Amino acid sequence: MSDSLTHRRVTLFAGHYGSGKTNIAVNWALALRKSGAPVTIVDLDIVNPYFRTKDSKADLDAAGVALISSPYANSNVDFPALPQEIYGAVERHDRLAVLDIGGDDRGALALGRYAPYILEENDFEMLFVANCFRPLTRTPQETLEVLREIEAAGGIPFTGIVNNSNLGNDTTAEDILAAQDYAAELCALCKLPLRLNTVKETLMPQLTGRVPNLFPLRLQAKYYE
Amino acid sequence: MADKVLMKGNEALAEAAIQAGCRHYFGYPITPQTEVAAYMAKRMPKIGGCFLQAESEIAAINMVYGVASAGKRVMTSSSSPGISLKEEGISYLAGADLPAFIVNVQRGGPGLGGIQPSQSDYFQSTRGGGHGDYHIIVLAPSSVQEMADLTVKGFDLADEYRMPAMVLADGTMGQMMEPVTMGNYQPKTVEKPWAVTGTKMQRPHNIVNSLYLNPEELERTNFERYARYAVIEQKEAMYESFLMEDADICVTAFGIAARVSRNAVLAARAEGFKVGLLRPITLWPFPKAPFAEAADRVSAFISVELSMGQMIEDVELATRCKRPVYLCNRTGGMIPSPEQVLAKIKEIAGGLK
Repeated sequence: MSDSLTHRRVTLFAGHYGSGKTNIAVNWALALRKSGAPVTIVDLDIVNPYFRTKDSKADLDAAGVALISSPYANSNVDFPALPQEIYGAVERHDRLAVLDIGGDDRGALALGRYAPYILEENDFEMLFVANCFRPLTRTPQETLEVLREIEAAGGIPFTGIVNNSNLGNDTTAEDILAAQDYAAELCALCKLPLRLNTVKETLMPQLTGRVPNLFPLRLQAKYYE
Repeated sequence: MADKVLMKGNEALAEAAIQAGCRHYFGYPITPQTEVAAYMAKRMPKIGGCFLQAESEIAAINMVYGVASAGKRVMTSSSSPGISLKEEGISYLAGADLPAFIVNVQRGGPGLGGIQPSQSDYFQSTRGGGHGDYHIIVLAPSSVQEMADLTVKGFDLADEYRMPAMVLADGTMGQMMEPVTMGNYQPKTVEKPWAVTGTKMQRPHNIVNSLYLNPEELERTNFERYARYAVIEQKEAMYESFLMEDADICVTAFGIAARVSRNAVLAARAEGFKVGLLRPITLWPFPKAPFAEAADRVSAFISVELSMGQMIEDVELATRCKRPVYLCNRTGGMIPSPEQVLAKIKEIAGGLK
């Protein structure tokens, strides 16, 4: 694996809703697990009723990644409940933890109760997931607004940017290349490093060597595509 | 801005409504349509529009009645149980011949049901929904792009025919993300001389009302309204025909069920089965003509639905029961898989041989 996989004990992914946090968190957890370490992925989303970390349960189970998720995820109970086991993932320092935070500042509110433990341990990366093809984060300036709102709600400062600019299955290598200016400008605006350029794995051959810190994503197949 | 963006169905619909000239949104939050309200709450204040979270669905639909009376483009959105609450107001809108745009991002029912996707409000929306003799225009998007395009269409049709128009989506359609292109819409401008905008002492009062003191007058009004409905049935039915030219079995589905069915049809074709897909885009008016025509050529129909079988009745009516119509369904928030539809196709094809 490349340098992009250097990691802290806790990796947190937050961002505007629909920016791709869950997909990245699942792929990140699976990549960490491949290196042999014990990994727990935590679904901290209290906002979105559909398309949850739990959708990847089969893959996570097969790879031996522990999943902590609301018992109500994907059910008919529209209930912002978080399981108590999350404290275990945050406080047990012998396992890697990947935290998938809910969208926007509303989603990041749930992080607040765990923030003191994470800050005290001080072995984390708080990554902001950005997609310039999403309607409310089209410019670096708009995106910075969302970033600051999430930071204020979640109580943990961001340490890096994940450029996940994409158009779903229609994404081309040109789209990724075109989004590099956006990512660079966003990083300059918020004075944070560009930690990852996440792209669907089929684009890797076209982009290797042309874009820094590439991290491949396996996208979940959907029955309607 | 005509380039592509990646949007949720609910967001695309909300943005399209703004581009259609809607500056008044009244609603009450309910999963799985909440992003429509959330998007409006963020955008409307920035463009001089009005977003108002009402105290209830009943309040919201009556605010829609008010703005529609004043001749402005107005909308509300909800999900199944919330739409049931709004049905009284929708009947009043129809009775007062008011254009309005309504969105139902359906979830499983009956009752409080659940929050997962469903198509079980087909009867409710295509038969009017509230009390009295009336119809509303019902549009059924099958992609995020159509969530946007049919929203603009819905506003146009509502204005043109002075009646409520509804986008009938489902939870998946609202929540799924796809690239969309927007910004090239040219919404129709329809004169509204009937609007209640103040006479300025220059014309007689306009009256917007659904109460008739004289039964003969109410009957006459209903006959006139149905004459208008007949024109809509003639002119506005929309559908998509996919691989129907040589088909022996016609699969029919709308919305998310059509996406699943399309995959099943392709898989069946790959195995040599002559199958096609008819996808109604308007559910009212139901596109009767292509079904009547198909009934002369195919051996059987399969209606794929996220309900206990509701559209199937319109297929039987449109085909005058000339051919058997089979149901392939899931309900209560569950979605048929392409494999389930493929198995049904094979079962029916096997029985035909």
